[in-house]
Amino acid sequence: MAYTEEELKKELETKEYEYGFYTDIESDTIPVGLNEDVVRKISKLKGEPKWMTDWRISAFKFWTQMKEPDWSNVKYKKPDFQDISYYSAPKSKKKYDSLDDVDPELIKTFNKLGISLEEQKKLTGVAVDVVMDSVSVATTFRETLSKKGIIFCSISEAIKEYPDLVRKYLGTVVPFKDNYYAALNSAVFSDGSFCYIPKGVRCPMELSTYFRINQAGTGQFERTLVIADESSYVSYLEGCTAPSRDENQLHAAVVELVALDNAEIKYSTVQNWYPGNKHGKGGVYNFVTKRGICHKNSKISWTQVETGSAVTWKYPSCILKGDNSIGEFYSIAVTNNFQQADTGTKMIHLGKNTRSTIISKGISAGKSQNSYRGLVKIEPRAKNARNFSQCDSLLMGNLCGAHTFPYIEARNNSAQIEHEATTSKIGEDQIFYCNQRGIDTEKAIALIVNGFSKEVLNKLPMEFAVEAQKLLEISLEGSVG
Amino acid sequence: MLIIKNLHATVDGKEILKGINLELKPGEVHAIMGPNGSGKSTLASVISGNEDYIITKGEILFDDNDLSELDAEERAHLGVFLSFQYPVEIPGVTVTNFIKTAINSSRKATGKEDLPAAEMLKKIREKAKLLDINSKFLSRSLNEGFSGGEKKRNEIFQMAMLEPKLSILDETDSGLDIDALKIVANGVNKLRDKENGFLVITHYQRLLEYIIPDYVHVLFEGKIVKSGSKELANKLEEKGYDWIKKEIV
Repeated sequence: MAYTEEELKKELETKEYEYGFYTDIESDTIPVGLNEDVVRKISKLKGEPKWMTDWRISAFKFWTQMKEPDWSNVKYKKPDFQDISYYSAPKSKKKYDSLDDVDPELIKTFNKLGISLEEQKKLTGVAVDVVMDSVSVATTFRETLSKKGIIFCSISEAIKEYPDLVRKYLGTVVPFKDNYYAALNSAVFSDGSFCYIPKGVRCPMELSTYFRINQAGTGQFERTLVIADESSYVSYLEGCTAPSRDENQLHAAVVELVALDNAEIKYSTVQNWYPGNKHGKGGVYNFVTKRGICHKNSKISWTQVETGSAVTWKYPSCILKGDNSIGEFYSIAVTNNFQQADTGTKMIHLGKNTRSTIISKGISAGKSQNSYRGLVKIEPRAKNARNFSQCDSLLMGNLCGAHTFPYIEARNNSAQIEHEATTSKIGEDQIFYCNQRGIDTEKAIALIVNGFSKEVLNKLPMEFAVEAQKLLEISLEGSVG
Repeated sequence: MLIIKNLHATVDGKEILKGINLELKPGEVHAIMGPNGSGKSTLASVISGNEDYIITKGEILFDDNDLSELDAEERAHLGVFLSFQYPVEIPGVTVTNFIKTAINSSRKATGKEDLPAAEMLKKIREKAKLLDINSKFLSRSLNEGFSGGEKKRNEIFQMAMLEPKLSILDETDSGLDIDALKIVANGVNKLRDKENGFLVITHYQRLLEYIIPDYVHVLFEGKIVKSGSKELANKLEEKGYDWIKKEIV
């Protein structure tokens, strides 16, 4: 690939439009507030077809009839939905002239995470020169994917370019009537990603390793749709280990996964939204609906590392519709200071011989509250369904809380359901033991926490796992005096 | 190397050590014996820097460093090692990963780079062989589900890996059958040289048949009441601690 410098620059510019998550088409901003006109305007600004606008409007109408849920084990001030701007053109990338202008604390964290200087600039919104590396990576990336017929683009683009696929699947796994925040998201979602893997194709790379950079600027209401056609495979990575200092308080994303017959989707998330300060001020509310549907002999595996957000409310779930399908959920949720997390999964067994595995590791420090909430439901037709659940909690100090709320509904007596739960505390004797071997207290905690989380960390793609380990260390820094 | 002067220490406000004096030179092995509750394990905890124990009087010098001013990990970096009487479990952390982290922490503290993986592996193999440890053992979670003998063998394995200047063995013989005891003692003996010192804390004379001490001290009610050669241990075995108690009174 013999590019000239000029060509490279040009290529990169257009690529940002084509392959970035954000389409820079409009510069209008809609004033704060939410009503039907606003929803129409969003759809219009994004140049969406009528069916999409209608769908948004139906969702909005339904949402106005709904009440904000309050059953989760978290306390927060309810957002004022009329005080949010639901559409603003993507912020101009250039926020700072150089890294020197960026909060030094943030830079310190980046360095600990081993994030390259160029990437740091992108994440903080510093103007960036053309980076040779990124160009070649992106080019190779695009070529490899298109050769295999894989579609990977922003959802806005997919609505225009692949309307049949989007129309066929959008809202089929998470209907807008599903819950309050799913309805809101359906009405006003700004952007997100779309991925389609054709029949029999094994996606040759972890999707989104390159896009990690772009994702730092993700909007408030993100929408993701991943479709794995028959006998295909994809591993999808979402999120970013770098701390995201977003001014938007409310984040309500929807992720839908469709695994057709014999397909497999592996979906890994690392979430590190701003958790608020040490006194519990500020921080993101993360109210996410993530769900996948498994057709015959297919498999969906969710792996998540949740360390950020002031309030997290998230249950990546699997509907095991097809016979012999498999659902997995591996989770590490860390809460520190005043963070609150209510997270878990739902495994809905509809088909015969369906299997599900749940491994949840909750780590609480400071004055935080960490809850696991999980539902295992075996429907009457689900003969020989099996589930194994394991929920472990690790406490640090005396002021935090760990809670487990397992729900089990079995309507077929051939079902086998196992549930194991443990709660432990990092002991001073463990810390002293490490200290005596020359390991300082912060490192000792990291070691103990990583050991505790190992079963889940092992499920992450290698590169992500290393970052996630570092992230765990950083999230718990200063949690023991 | 180690000089303890008039050491007094309390735990939970209760005075356990009431004026210990001890000097240990490089190459020497000192045994501390004494009945239950005499303060043997407290002495080990105080030297290694357990914060539950408070020094109220006296001092501990190690190579001219005042240990009371240093954190436990800083003492470890200077070469102080404690083989715990009750080693703790750390689930999910393998024996290998733990020792790797320990070694590299000490190296970092002394301004050295991490030990290259190949050298680490070579060293692990060598020391594991010394203590009759197989590779499966090395991949197990630290002390989790270990038998008493395995725990102690693992302590000595860590000692062999870290190559400390001063090793304190706190009741390393407790819970060991005779075969395990021989393996552990053999491991210790192979590490003895003219640079290193050992403080062997034991209730029974049995261990001292395999690790021959240069000096034996009898600790009683927080003080060293008698010191002597290996013969003293034999005499204790024969006559019991009552003999000492009577002698003091």
